[in-house]
Amino acid sequence: MSEPLVAESAGSQAVIQESRPMYWSVRRELWENRSIYVAPLLVAAVVLFGFVISTIGMPQRRRATLLLAPAQQHTTIEMPFDVAAFMLIATAFLIGVFYCLDALQGERRDRSILFWKSLPVSDRTTVLAKACIPLLALPALIFTIVVITQWFMLLWSTAVLLPSGLAGSTWAHFHWFTQSMLLLYCLIVLVLWHAPLYAWLLLISGWARRASYLWAVLPPLAIAAVEKIVFNSAHFASFLKYRLIGGVGEAFVFKAPHGTDSLSRITPLNFLSTPGLWIGLVLAAIFIAAAVRLRRDREPV
Amino acid sequence: MTAIEARGLRKTFGSTIALDSIDLRVEEGRILGIIGPNGAGKTTALNAILGLTSYQGELTVLGRNPWTERDLLMRDVSFIADVAVLPRWMRVSQILDYVSGVHPRFRRAKAEAFLAKTAIKRSSKIRELSKGMVTQLHLALVMAIDAKLLVLDEPTLGLDILYRKQFYDSLLNDYFDRTRTIVVTTHQVEEIQDVLTDVMFIDRGRIALACSMEEFESRYLEVMVLPEHVAAARALGPMHERQVFGRSILLFDHADHEQLAALGDVRTPGIADLFVAVMGNQPGEIR
Repeated sequence: MSEPLVAESAGSQAVIQESRPMYWSVRRELWENRSIYVAPLLVAAVVLFGFVISTIGMPQRRRATLLLAPAQQHTTIEMPFDVAAFMLIATAFLIGVFYCLDALQGERRDRSILFWKSLPVSDRTTVLAKACIPLLALPALIFTIVVITQWFMLLWSTAVLLPSGLAGSTWAHFHWFTQSMLLLYCLIVLVLWHAPLYAWLLLISGWARRASYLWAVLPPLAIAAVEKIVFNSAHFASFLKYRLIGGVGEAFVFKAPHGTDSLSRITPLNFLSTPGLWIGLVLAAIFIAAAVRLRRDREPV
Repeated sequence: MTAIEARGLRKTFGSTIALDSIDLRVEEGRILGIIGPNGAGKTTALNAILGLTSYQGELTVLGRNPWTERDLLMRDVSFIADVAVLPRWMRVSQILDYVSGVHPRFRRAKAEAFLAKTAIKRSSKIRELSKGMVTQLHLALVMAIDAKLLVLDEPTLGLDILYRKQFYDSLLNDYFDRTRTIVVTTHQVEEIQDVLTDVMFIDRGRIALACSMEEFESRYLEVMVLPEHVAAARALGPMHERQVFGRSILLFDHADHEQLAALGDVRTPGIADLFVAVMGNQPGEIR
């Protein structure tokens, strides 16, 4: 990105001038797509509601849990926190997918692209601002919401367990700082791994005249089906699966014993040395460059 | 300085020729009206000038190539490409914030002053505004941009007659300062006749006529001929003849004013009447 998102305080006047279109383009995406923050907040509210309900009778269950082996104690106590994080990460992924599919098609469909193009904002700035939503804004937002949600859960369970003197058990098994760092790592891994996917969806959105959802889903399914019928193999399907969830397998190791230190499960060097990561990032850059080009060439639909 | 210069400007959509090698030169400080039937290539020509569509041939707008430098060009050009292109989900306050944020030449106070004269609320979403209000908002935004070239494609469509009058008045009094260039297309030809400095007829991708208004006024004359003089008038070779309330109105190109005055009332024709004459008898295509 050649244009910085926010002007550095030490930057010259020229830098400040350059940065404004990018900043305002991102803001306008957030104005237009309020689901970017409304949906995660709703999911967080539902998760919290469920958690609050589940704390009815918690002291008795916690006593039973504490009779288990330490590793099982850890898993059981940490579970609701992990579920909350997982739900919000999955929500962010879905929002990112649907956002990208509409990002460059919607403005052509309602012809507002003619208004956007009447302003001194380049196609590159516009497309990069749109790419920023799934690649920067959503992960940052989800990190914040998950941390706040987990803090609320932590404090609520402390309050519920305090009278029975069991409050310390939650704090002993849920290390919020470690978990937050783990969450940050997980989000970075996912966004880097999924970058080509988001970029591909942006490209589809800029290319398809209509039904970008179908263009995104049907061709890969068709390729997988044809491969299965003709060669009775599933290389393409396993490639897709690897692209969707393989990043987590490269970035974490699940065989390590639980309970000691969650950070021992991360394998950043293995992740960074995965060819798939770098090939994917190069593809993402190519797709975004193509989407910039398409935004110039395509007319309203 | 030349605001727009095109040589051999050509654009095809499949086998349809939208622009057929147009040569065009618009000097700074002119107000050019482009008149033509629907599908004549007006919008295609404007889109090429604005960097919204690719083209063949040479085209320079304010010294820039619009296709490759649209974003830089838009600092000095503003346009209303079409009605109803403002994003419907946006609030009036947001659109003001956004344009102030991205446009170095946008004067927010000026836009606010325009809006103060309307019933448009800052908190309204654009989808909640009437068609006329959306156009008013768009005009307020565009008029507040200190641009060197203003392109208006049907700017007053959907507005009532009072606001249309007010729009062209403010265009001349508040906006036009003789260094700016304005290119406007409209079907309401009569309303802009007094505003224009130049006129251009475009039909089937070609320029059918291009002249300044001074030239227009000295060159074309229209005579409402007395019945007894009709044969004499026809002998002078009018380019067009029409009947109004049983009287013949003949339109002449390069005719002698004295000679015509002897045949009936002489006046400068309306642009619409000349358009009909130049294009042949196709009144159905002019709105």
